[in-house]
Amino acid sequence: MNLSIKHLLGLEGVSRKDILLVLDTARSFRQILERPVKKVPTLRGVTIANLFFEPSTRTRISFELAEKRLSADVVNFSADASSLKKGETLIDTARNIEAMKVDMVVMRHAYPGAAQFLSRYVSSVMVNAGDGAHEHPTQALLDFYTIREHFDRFRDLRVVIVGDIKHSRVARSDIWGLKTLGASVAVCGPSTLLPRYIDTFGVDHFTDVEKALKGANVVNVLRLQLERQTSGYIPSLREYREYFGIKKHHLSLLDKNHIIMHPGPINRGIEITPEVADCEDSVILQQVTNGVAVRMAVLYLLSQNLRTATEE
Amino acid sequence: MGSKQIMNETDMKNSLKRITSEILECNQNNLSALALIGVKTRGEYLAKRISHLLKKWEKLDLPVGSVDITLYRDDFREVVELPVAQATEIMFPVRGKHIILIDDVLFTGRTVRAAIDVIIDFGRPKTIQLAVLVDIGNREFPICPNYVGKSIQVEKSSFVEVKLKEIDGEDKVILFTPEGK
Repeated sequence: MNLSIKHLLGLEGVSRKDILLVLDTARSFRQILERPVKKVPTLRGVTIANLFFEPSTRTRISFELAEKRLSADVVNFSADASSLKKGETLIDTARNIEAMKVDMVVMRHAYPGAAQFLSRYVSSVMVNAGDGAHEHPTQALLDFYTIREHFDRFRDLRVVIVGDIKHSRVARSDIWGLKTLGASVAVCGPSTLLPRYIDTFGVDHFTDVEKALKGANVVNVLRLQLERQTSGYIPSLREYREYFGIKKHHLSLLDKNHIIMHPGPINRGIEITPEVADCEDSVILQQVTNGVAVRMAVLYLLSQNLRTATEE
Repeated sequence: MGSKQIMNETDMKNSLKRITSEILECNQNNLSALALIGVKTRGEYLAKRISHLLKKWEKLDLPVGSVDITLYRDDFREVVELPVAQATEIMFPVRGKHIILIDDVLFTGRTVRAAIDVIIDFGRPKTIQLAVLVDIGNREFPICPNYVGKSIQVEKSSFVEVKLKEIDGEDKVILFTPEGK
């Protein structure tokens, strides 16, 4: 079974079949993570460059672990130590790295569409690790894996995403993918932090948390970026916590069968209280573990395109 | 392609019985540390059948596992259709065990090489012994089975298909040879 996509740039337009193939494959990789030797020789000889033009800890470590557990060779590149500061353009940076015979590129960039743009100019297989407020497909895939692990289905599930939807690439990837998979999706946040054309996403939207959470199976709490307050989107962190923070009493509004997710890093006591983040329905750390397996699956499946790329 | 049946249900049953008794004979002193591991998919069912015989004859309840070698293949970059990676299930400690590795067909030896690598990633077994239903020669690696159901030498372009009741609804082994040979 092969993926029908050559790069993973986003989940908008990716077929249900492709998403399910990644999730099925991730299951085999998940089980490798429980072994004494957490490594398989599959990508021996493949070189992967992690280009992180924006700070990231979790995603970068997760990708790096996934790559190393597949026995790939890894080079890391982060913005602060880069030649970007010396005025090099994105295409030049990527072309130079490619000239060193890199096979796959994992990229995080502050500009929406950066990965897609580069995929037109370099022949390496591209994986988008977050591009501005556009998409973060591997985060969404690990969310789906975690949801499937608990419910074993997507149809008839109600997923509510709470927080800063406007600036969230996780929310966008989640929405596209979950709709393809057949879940019912709702978003909730202050009206200043909902995208202006939210109707075009085809999801329910709320500004009242209690209404949004009623009967939900999955609550995905987004991180509130603290600089949103200074840029005037919310009056104060205290007010945000009061109206949009997920607290213990909210749990009783949910469906009996529910899980709490968060893409991390958590601002404890702002978007989510510690009691909720650490409660037994919280799967936040399972998401992190699953993230490695899902990224292994993505790299494994996309590596099939390397052969054809060399032949061209 | 010409085809010829080289094993029927009875042959297969007898072969498995003989393999099982040979395993017992060679492992008299290791019975408490014996474990079976089948190579997916058909080797897994053969391992279950052998474990069933051991239970019936000797009341031995051995741990049975299975390995999927997809991620360990050496031709991974050369195949057109990506093989679906399945789960490897070895739910017992491998360390210090005498492992009987079981597969349906032994040909180039590449699958066995991969399977040995998978097992070693779980720990250091005391021994790994190889049992196969059919050995058709043409080895490309220095691998030799300890227990063989049926051994035949065939042309390199020939191949063997093993059918098992659990998957295919019947027990038989068919040899395919290219026309004109």
